[in-house]
Amino acid sequence: MAEFRMPSLGADMEVGTILEWRVQPGQEVHRGDIVAVVDTEKSTIEIEVFHDGVVEDLVVDPGVEVPVGTVLAHITAAGAAAPAPVPAETAAVPAEAPLTPATAPAHAEAPATEAPAAREAPARAPTAKRRARRKTAVERPAARPAAGAGGFVRASPLARRRAAAQGIALEELVGTGPGGAVITADVGAAARAAPAPAAREVRPPTAGPAAPADRHAAMRHAIGELMARSKREIPHYYLATTIDLGAALAWLAEANASRPVAERLLPAALLLKATARAAREVPVVNGFWEGGFRPAPAVHLGVAVSLRGGGLVAPAIHDADELSIDDLMRSLRDLVTRARSGVLRGSEVSDSTITVTNLGDQGVEEVFGVIYPPQVALVGFGRVSERPWAAAGMVGVRPVVRATLAADHRASDGHDGARFLAAIDRLLAAPEGL
Amino acid sequence: MNAPDAHALLERLLREIAPEVDLAGADPGVPLQELFDLDSMDFLNLVTALHDEAGIDVPERDYPKLATVDGFVGYVTAAGGA
Repeated sequence: MAEFRMPSLGADMEVGTILEWRVQPGQEVHRGDIVAVVDTEKSTIEIEVFHDGVVEDLVVDPGVEVPVGTVLAHITAAGAAAPAPVPAETAAVPAEAPLTPATAPAHAEAPATEAPAAREAPARAPTAKRRARRKTAVERPAARPAAGAGGFVRASPLARRRAAAQGIALEELVGTGPGGAVITADVGAAARAAPAPAAREVRPPTAGPAAPADRHAAMRHAIGELMARSKREIPHYYLATTIDLGAALAWLAEANASRPVAERLLPAALLLKATARAAREVPVVNGFWEGGFRPAPAVHLGVAVSLRGGGLVAPAIHDADELSIDDLMRSLRDLVTRARSGVLRGSEVSDSTITVTNLGDQGVEEVFGVIYPPQVALVGFGRVSERPWAAAGMVGVRPVVRATLAADHRASDGHDGARFLAAIDRLLAAPEGL
Repeated sequence: MNAPDAHALLERLLREIAPEVDLAGADPGVPLQELFDLDSMDFLNLVTALHDEAGIDVPERDYPKLATVDGFVGYVTAAGGA
C-alpha cells in the first residue's frame, strides 16, 4: 500500500492544510488525478496523485495543518487484490511522488545518498515559532463546512483574506470572477449587504484556508525565508546583456495581425521560449544544487507571477523548450490566470528547473534576481524600449531588452552564463525558429 | 454603445482582472496599466474580454488607443459593438 503524503510544493513550504478531499475511500485514482486541494502559505494548490490505485482511507481531515511529509491517505496499488509488498511499494514512491523531486527542501538539504525526502520529512515537526504563528490553524476543529457540498470555494487569495477579515463565509457568496471564483468585489458587496456583527455569526467552522487574515504576512514570511536561504547559501554571480528584439517583435506583429485576439502572442512568450531552448543548450544553468549539481532532464520553466495584493509565485511551464510557441502562450496565459484567481497544481509549483522573472511591464530596465533554491539560475527581463543601436556600421533605432542572469557559482562559471545569454540572444534573432 | 455604457463595460471588465478597480475616482487620462497595476497579460485579457462581451475586435496596432479610460470609451463608442 502506498502512502500519500503532504508534498513539498517548493523549497519554502514546511506545512500545508488540506482544504478539500476530491476523492473518497474506495475510489479508483489514476496518475495525474487531482485528489486534494491544499492551502500553503503562498497559495491554494491542487495536489495530483502519482500512481494508479484505489484510495484506502483518508488520514487527515480538512482544516488540519500538517508538516510536509505527513501521511494524508493510503492508496492500494491498482490491480493488487492483496497489498503489494511494502518495500516495493515504498520504493516506487520516491521515483514518482511529487515530494521526492529535487525541489523538496528536505531532499535538497540532505546528502544525495540519504533516504528520500518522502521518508525523512515526517520526522520534521513544526518549529515552536511556526506553531505559534499558525496557532489558530493548528487548533481549528477539523469540521466540514456547514454550507456547501464539497466545501471548497474558488476564490482569489485577496478575496479569501478580505472575507476572513470581515467574518464572511465564502460559501455563502456568489462568485462573479473567472470560473465563478469569488473575487474581492463579491466580498465587498456582501460586506455592504450585511452589518458586520451579523456577518460574523454566519462564519462556519470551515475548513477554509488557514488563517487567511494573516495570509499576507505568511507569504512575506515564506518568501523571506526562501530568499534569505538563497542569499545565505548560494554564491550568486550576475551577468547582463542587451538584446535586439527587432526581428522578434516584427515577427510577432505580423503573426498577431492575422490572429483572433484570443490567440495572440505576447513578447513574453518569445522570451520564455528562447530562455527554455537556451537552457537546454547550456545545461549547467538548468537543474538543482543538492550537495552537488544535478542537471535536470527536462526544462520546466518557472515563471514569476506577481499576485494582486502582494507576493508572488513562480509556477512551472512543463517542457517549455519543446512546446510550440502557441502552446507555450496558452500555458502561460492559463498559468497566470490560475495563479492569480484560481488554483495551481502541485506539479506546477514544485517542478521548476530554472526561473524567469519579467519586470518589463513595471517599467524597470533590468532585474537581477535572487535564485530559488535548489535551482541554480534565475533569468530576468526588463522593459522593452527603443534605443539607438549600432549594427554593421550603421546606427538605427531598435527595440531592445536587458536580459540578466543570476547563477549559482557552485554549478557554473561566468563563461557558461555568458554562453547561455548569448544563446538567448541568438534564438531571439531568428524568431521563426522558436 | 454610448459613452456611459462603454464606461460601465470597462469597469466591469477591469474588475474581472483587478477586483478592486473603481473608475469613479480614476483620472481618465492616465494609462490604465499605471492606474491599476496591470501587466501585458492583464491588458491582453481585457482586449480578449472586450471581444467576447461586445464583439469588438481590436487589432494589436490599436492597443495604444485603449490605454486610458477616455481612450477606451472613445474607441468602443466609435466601434459600436453589441
